[in-house]
Amino acid sequence: MPIYLDHAATTPLRREALDAMLPFLTVDFGNPSSLHGPGRRARAGLDDAHERLARAIGAEPREIVLTSGGTESNNLAVKGAAWAGKARGHRIITTAVEHHSIGHTVRYLEKFGFEIVEVPVDRYGRVDPDDIEAAITSKTILVSVMLANNEVGTIEPIAEIAARVHRHKGILMHTDAVQAAPYLPIDVTALDVDLLSLAAHKFEGPKGMGALYVRHGTNILAQEQGGAQERYRRAGTENVAGAVGMAAALEMTVREQPETVARLVNLRERLAGALRSLPDVEQTGHPSERLPGLASFLARGLDGAAVTTALDLAGLACSTGSACVTASTEVSHVLTAMGYPDDEARGSLRLSLGRSTTTDEIDEAVRMVAQTIGLQRQAVAKLQAQELVMAATRLPQPVQRVESEAAGE
Amino acid sequence: MRRVLVAMSGGVDSSVAAGLVKAAGDEAIGVWMRLHDVADSYSEFKRSCCSLDAAEDARRVAAQLDIPFYIFNLEREFDEGVLQPFLHAYLEGRTPSPCVDCNSVVKFGTLLGRARFMYECEAVATGHYARVESGPDGYRLLRGRDPKKDQSYFLYGLGQEELAHTQFPLGEFTKPQVRDVARSLGLATADKPDSQEICFVPRGDYREVLRDRAGWQAEPGPVVDFDGTNVGEHFGAAGYTVGQRHGVGVALGEVRYVFEIDAPANRIRLGRREDLMTRTFEVEQVSFVAGGPPATAPDEPEGSFRAEVQIRHGGRTCAAVVRPAGAGRWTVTTEEPVWAAAPGQAAVFYRGDAVVGGGRIVRPDHPAAG
Repeated sequence: MPIYLDHAATTPLRREALDAMLPFLTVDFGNPSSLHGPGRRARAGLDDAHERLARAIGAEPREIVLTSGGTESNNLAVKGAAWAGKARGHRIITTAVEHHSIGHTVRYLEKFGFEIVEVPVDRYGRVDPDDIEAAITSKTILVSVMLANNEVGTIEPIAEIAARVHRHKGILMHTDAVQAAPYLPIDVTALDVDLLSLAAHKFEGPKGMGALYVRHGTNILAQEQGGAQERYRRAGTENVAGAVGMAAALEMTVREQPETVARLVNLRERLAGALRSLPDVEQTGHPSERLPGLASFLARGLDGAAVTTALDLAGLACSTGSACVTASTEVSHVLTAMGYPDDEARGSLRLSLGRSTTTDEIDEAVRMVAQTIGLQRQAVAKLQAQELVMAATRLPQPVQRVESEAAGE
Repeated sequence: MRRVLVAMSGGVDSSVAAGLVKAAGDEAIGVWMRLHDVADSYSEFKRSCCSLDAAEDARRVAAQLDIPFYIFNLEREFDEGVLQPFLHAYLEGRTPSPCVDCNSVVKFGTLLGRARFMYECEAVATGHYARVESGPDGYRLLRGRDPKKDQSYFLYGLGQEELAHTQFPLGEFTKPQVRDVARSLGLATADKPDSQEICFVPRGDYREVLRDRAGWQAEPGPVVDFDGTNVGEHFGAAGYTVGQRHGVGVALGEVRYVFEIDAPANRIRLGRREDLMTRTFEVEQVSFVAGGPPATAPDEPEGSFRAEVQIRHGGRTCAAVVRPAGAGRWTVTTEEPVWAAAPGQAAVFYRGDAVVGGGRIVRPDHPAAG
């Protein structure tokens, strides 16, 4: 079995969640909107899930809108708030390091006349609450800042930002808590947010299941039209088993959180400490204000995709920072925003620990990463030597485009 | 168990190649190469081997074979080694050989290097119809068994170092046999149609590529017949290929072909069929599979060798004498005339089934055209 250190991408479904789900996939399969017995039993399960999810984040059951996952929650929050607030304003403030389900959504809204402000971050990926406040105008309707970054693990000062935002009337505060939920206490009152996104599969719940917290009295426009489900905020027959599984997983996660966090911080430091000592390897993200299980690095002069490929072949599952299936040459927008030049950002590596990660796995991972990085460095040197030979035999210079835009890199 | 990286295009040939590597007991690793931005389009370029659909087909086959699968980004190498030379060739009035460049620079250059040094692979395997044979004098590159599919023409740039780490699992197979293997393995690509076109020329129109990637702006110029008479106007010299039939011939009552493209003067010259016949041409950028040219026979001039030359993929071979011409060039003299030996096109030397080497045609000598 390979060592799995990509829990920021997804986690396995925990047994308790599966056990809670199974009855709703088999015997209690009814449609919660049906008036008959099977329907009522499904409804009871769904209501129960709402209650338990709400309790876990300090909310009311009716403040929970169940969705298909983090992306849908973020879309619903941002588009829902944007369209509902359009009469009052058109300015949306976010950061340069958000997940694409925020970043691409605001780009989409831009086409409809919304004004998007991307607040920069520092070298560690932290947003300055002053910068957020400075960006606020009378036309601002929404501020969306993630609670913790998925690529480098940096925790953003959401409560502070929310306090600044709420000094101004009529601005909604959203936070994407998808990465943070497994490891940070989520209390919507303490955070003082109006909207908060969750995804079940990041904390050992099922994939395809998420939730959006919507504070009482917050007006957002539904993005699905159809039935009256989720109090008209998300039409479509509910994923009852998913909801129940998510609730079970979140409850367990919250209960175990202090212990999990303490253990993972130790393991992460064991891992990060060893890898930081490798030549030309730098840790990225904030040194202390970071998710306990997330270790992120740059290996200078290397291609992160090549390193993770070699590690996969060696039996260690990790990532460059975000899941990218098409191998585009685009570098991480997060590292770019943090000020890393492209050639450095290309060497990114993310190892994310989970509840089941052991000390032995960490020690083995350290050995594998150190060896792989060493081999990759040798390989790069050999390939560069080879390319020099090839370049000498090659004739043409790149064609100059007639237009002003540059042809490639 | 050796670790072998299989270049999977998403077509049936490389799918079967991966299956055969695995069946041979080696550790197969599937890799789809992202070579250019045509890969960003889904479905639109359905027939091309380089759309993301193709990557998904390759991924599907890798999963069916239960082998690891990765996408490598080789856009920079492809641009430098294949696309730019391709654009240059057309803009300068030559005929490009992108598949030769892709094999030499990308597949058996960068990809092989990465496979060996970054991922500790013994070899790269591809779905080419060709064979590698090792013998007392090193590795030999041979034609594929299926004469209709033989792709050795595109592989002449491989040398000993490359062949030592190359596998062509389909070399002994015919295309119908490959389809049979694909079906027997239940591969998703078993009945996928063959791709015909150049992967970065999505609709088969290279002029569009010239416009998009090189900013080519077609400017009309004179069309001159073989005897020097002006017979009309063309739409832009780079949009023509030597040997292409030219419509003006209809008006002249006799078929005409593009005989010569003078790119700097933006002028094309036409010829009759016989004008494009030649027995002598020079080649440059020459490489030999064995590392050097074959030995000279006692009765031949110093440094020369005899071989059969082939000037296009799937074309006929013709017996020839190849003599060194200095400055890295060689002069090829064929026994029978060959037709439309276009500058830029690859001329490949064979001895029987074995590839001796090859180069790019520089300047043909056309006695009939004067």
